[in-house]
Amino acid sequence: MANHDINLTVRTGTVHALMGENGAGKSTLMKILYGMQRPDEGTIAINGEQCEFHTPGDAIARGIGMVHQHFMLADNLTVLENVVLGGEKLHGIGARAKAKIKEISDQYGLGVRPDALVEDLGVADRQRVEILKVLYRGAKILILDEPTAVLVPQEVDALFDNLRELKSEGVTVIFISHKLHEVLAVADAISVIRRGTTVGDADPKAVTARQLAEMMVGAELPSPENRESTVTTTEMLRVEDLRIAKTDAEGIERVVLDDISLRIHKGEILGIAGVEGNGQAELVEAIMGMLPLDGGTVTLDGKDLSGTLTRARREAGIGYIPEDRHKHGLLLEAPLWENRILGHVTEEPNSSGPLLKPAAAREDTLRIVRDYDVRTPGIEVTAASLSGGNQQKLIIGREMSHQPKLLIAAHPTRGVDVGAQAQIWEHIRSAQREGLAVLLISADLDELIGLSDTIRVIYRGRLVADADPATVTAEDLGTAMTGAAAGHLESDPEAVAEAQAVAAEGTEAADQHPHTDTADKPQAGE
Amino acid sequence: MTSPNPAAKRSFAQRISGERIVLALAAPVLAVVLSVAICSVLLATSGKNPFDAWNVMITYATKSDGQVLILNRATTYYLAAAAAAFGFRMNLFNIGVEGQYKVAALFAAFVGAQVDLPAFIQIPLLLVTAMLIGGLYASIAGLLKVYRGVSEVISTIMLNAISVSIVGLLLVPGVFAPKASSTSNSIQTDPVSDSSHFFSIPTAGGDLWGFLFIAVLVGVLFQFTLTRTRFGFDLRATGRSESAATASGVNVKKMVVISMVVSGAIAGLIGLPELLQNSYSYGQSFQPGLGFLGISIALLGRNSPIGMAFAALLFSFLDSTGSQLPLKGGFPFEIVAVMQGTIVICVVVAYELVRRYGLKRQQQKVGAQLAAQAAATEKKEVSA
Repeated sequence: MANHDINLTVRTGTVHALMGENGAGKSTLMKILYGMQRPDEGTIAINGEQCEFHTPGDAIARGIGMVHQHFMLADNLTVLENVVLGGEKLHGIGARAKAKIKEISDQYGLGVRPDALVEDLGVADRQRVEILKVLYRGAKILILDEPTAVLVPQEVDALFDNLRELKSEGVTVIFISHKLHEVLAVADAISVIRRGTTVGDADPKAVTARQLAEMMVGAELPSPENRESTVTTTEMLRVEDLRIAKTDAEGIERVVLDDISLRIHKGEILGIAGVEGNGQAELVEAIMGMLPLDGGTVTLDGKDLSGTLTRARREAGIGYIPEDRHKHGLLLEAPLWENRILGHVTEEPNSSGPLLKPAAAREDTLRIVRDYDVRTPGIEVTAASLSGGNQQKLIIGREMSHQPKLLIAAHPTRGVDVGAQAQIWEHIRSAQREGLAVLLISADLDELIGLSDTIRVIYRGRLVADADPATVTAEDLGTAMTGAAAGHLESDPEAVAEAQAVAAEGTEAADQHPHTDTADKPQAGE
Repeated sequence: MTSPNPAAKRSFAQRISGERIVLALAAPVLAVVLSVAICSVLLATSGKNPFDAWNVMITYATKSDGQVLILNRATTYYLAAAAAAFGFRMNLFNIGVEGQYKVAALFAAFVGAQVDLPAFIQIPLLLVTAMLIGGLYASIAGLLKVYRGVSEVISTIMLNAISVSIVGLLLVPGVFAPKASSTSNSIQTDPVSDSSHFFSIPTAGGDLWGFLFIAVLVGVLFQFTLTRTRFGFDLRATGRSESAATASGVNVKKMVVISMVVSGAIAGLIGLPELLQNSYSYGQSFQPGLGFLGISIALLGRNSPIGMAFAALLFSFLDSTGSQLPLKGGFPFEIVAVMQGTIVICVVVAYELVRRYGLKRQQQKVGAQLAAQAAATEKKEVSA
C-alpha cells in the first residue's frame, strides 16, 4: 500500500508544501491528483466540487498542472514549440501563441524567451518553461515535484520569487519537498506525509525546523541499542579528496562531490546522513568505480583502487547493496540462481576459470535462501516474483557470501517490511562483529543512529558535519542535513536520553507485535 | 554436472516443466497458424484454392531433392540468424550482418582464388579469413558506439550501404576479378582453388552441404558460450539490464566491442556455404538479403540456438517449396514473402504477450505457494 488515509486541504492562492521522506508516498499522492493513477477509495474535490480523474487530461481540464522533477521538454525545439506542443488548439502555433506566452511570462515575471532553443537553456530556465507550459494550458493549481532538487541556491531564491508572484495572482501551488528550510521559507501551509499517510499539518510561522523534522522522521521504528563497540584501529577504506564535477550547458560547473575524505576501520559502520540528491549516490558510484573521478583516491585495505574497474573492486572485496535494487542489484527476469551469480561471476562457487558452474551456483543459492530466510518456492523462479524484502535478503546473502572487506549499503531497508528490516540489520551487525567495514547510506535517521559507529553528514557534495550517534538526536542531524549546522554535532544530553528512551519503547512495541517475523530469531545486539 | 542433492534434482524437473514448454512454444505456433490463415484468405480472394498451394509445398518437402534443398538453404539461414542473435542477446542490434557477410565473402573468394594450399589448411584459412573480415567490419560499428556514442543501428545500416560500394570498388577486372573477363556480362572473382571445395554428402536428392556441420557447430558453441561461460553470463546480464550489469562489474564498453566482433565473425561465415559448395566464386549473382532474413529468423527463433534451427528450417521450407508454386498451379511466389512477413510480425507481438503473461502468472503462483506455506506453518504452531 503506497497511500492510505490521506487527508489534505489546500486553500486557493497559497503555497502549500507537502513534506515527507523519500518513499513516504508523496509521489503516489501527486500521481493520483494528476490523474496518472486512480485511488482505490477516497475523493478529490476542487472548489467544493467532486471530481474524478481518469487521465492527466482530466486533471488539466480541471485546471491542475504538474511540473515534474525530470523535465519533459524536447531539447531540439524552441520554447514556443515546446509550450504549444499538445496544446495547439488553445492559441494556435504562431504569433497568437507567442503573444500569449509573452503575456503569461510578463504577468508572473518568468522572463521566458519564446524563440530560444531549449537545448541552450540552463536548468532554471527550463523549469520556468515547464511552469509556463502548464500555465499556458490554464492551470490554476500547480503541482511542483521537488523543484529545487536540481537548482543551485541562487536559482532556488529566484524560483521562490516566481512562486510568490504566482500566488499573488491567485494561483495555488502545491510544493513537494523534503528540504526543511526551503519549505519554511516559501510555504503558507505545510502537510507532512509519513509511511503513506498524512501525519499532520503545520503552520510555517509557528513551527521550527526541528519540529518539522520530528514529524517527518517519526519515532516508530525499532532502533538503537547500546552495544559494545567492535571498531578496530585497522583501516579498511580510505577515501582522499574525492572530487567529481559536471559542467552544464551554460558553462556553470556543478560540483557533485568535492573534497570528500573518509576512513572506515575494520568492524566500523560509517553512516552518511543527507537529504537525497546531495551526492550520496555519486559517492557510492565513485567508490564502486562506476563513475570516473576528477580527483582523489580510493584505497581498500592498503590497495589503491582509484583507477580500477568495478569488477576489480568487487574482487578486491567490496560488497554492494544498491539503492535501487531493481536497477542495479538484480536481473528481474532471470532466475534466482542467476541473480546469485550477478556481481560475483568471477568468484567461487560461481565459476572456475572462464567456465560457469551452474550446479554449484544453484546449490549455493539454496544455502542463501535457507540462511537468509528468503521466502520463495524455489530458486528457478524469477527475481521479479519475489517481494521487495525477499529480493533484498537475497542480495544481502549474495554480497555476504564472498567475505567482503567493505560493504556499501545504500538504503538497505528501503521498501522492506518491518520483519525483513530487523533481519537485514542483524545481518549487517553480525558481519560487523566479524570485522566488516560498512558504509551505510540511509534516509532513515533512526536507522543511521541505531547502526552507525560514526555519522558524517553530506550536503551539496561535501561532508559538512560529523557526529557520534550516541550523542546526537535525529532532529539535530536533520538540521545539519539542510546545511544549517556544520562541524561536530553534539546534542543536548537530555534530548539524547529522551530520544533513546522513545526508541527503546518503539523496539519493545515492535517485539510484542504478533506479526513480525523476528519473534523466533535472536534479537539484535543482545 | 550431476548432483546427488535432491533439491537440485527437483529444480531440474521444475526447469523442464510442461508449462514452461507450452509457454515457449505458444508464441511461434500461434504466429505460424495465424500467418497460414492470413495467407489462405489472401490466396482465396485472388481466386486460388489455398489448400492446393499448401499441398504443392508439402508435397515438394516430402521429396528427397526438396529436403536436401531445404537443409542446404537452412544452413545458410541458420548462420545468418546466429550472427544477428549473438548481438540481440545483449540488446545490441547488429543490422549490419548483410554488409558484413558480403565483404567477408568477397575477401574469402579472393583469398581462395589466389592461394592453393592443401585442403586441411586451405579451408580453415578461408574460414578464418571470412570471420576476421566480418569481425573487423563489424568492429567499426562497435568502436563508434563505444567511443562516439553512435547508435549501432544507424552505423550498421550505413555500413551496409558502404559494403555495396566496397564490393563495387574491388570487384572490377584487374583488382579482385580476372583481367581478361570472360564472355559473360556478369563480373565475378576467379573460381576458388579445388582444395577450397568443402565436402558434401551425395544423396538421392543431390549433394547435402557439409557446411551443415559447421552450422551445427556454431549453434553448439553459441549455446555453450552463453550458458556455460563467464563471458556469456556477462553478455546475457548486459542484455537483461545494462545498469545492473554495470553495477555488477561488467565492462559494458568492452562487451559491446567484443559482441559486435563475434557477431560480425559469425556473419562472415554466411557466404561460405554458397562460395565453397556451390558457386565457387563471388559475383554479382551472389544471393543478397541474407542478413535481413537472418534477423527475421533470429526473432522467430527467440535468439535461442534450438529455436533458430527450427525457424531456419521453416523459412528455408517456405523459400524452397514456395519456388514450386508458380511452376505447379500458377500460384504467385510472392505469397511466401507475405507469409514470412506475417509470421515475423505475429511472433513479435505474440512473444511479448506470452512473456508478460508468464511473468505475471509466475508472480501469482509464487504468491499462492508462499501463502500456502505460511498457512501450513501457522497450523503447525497452533497445534503445537
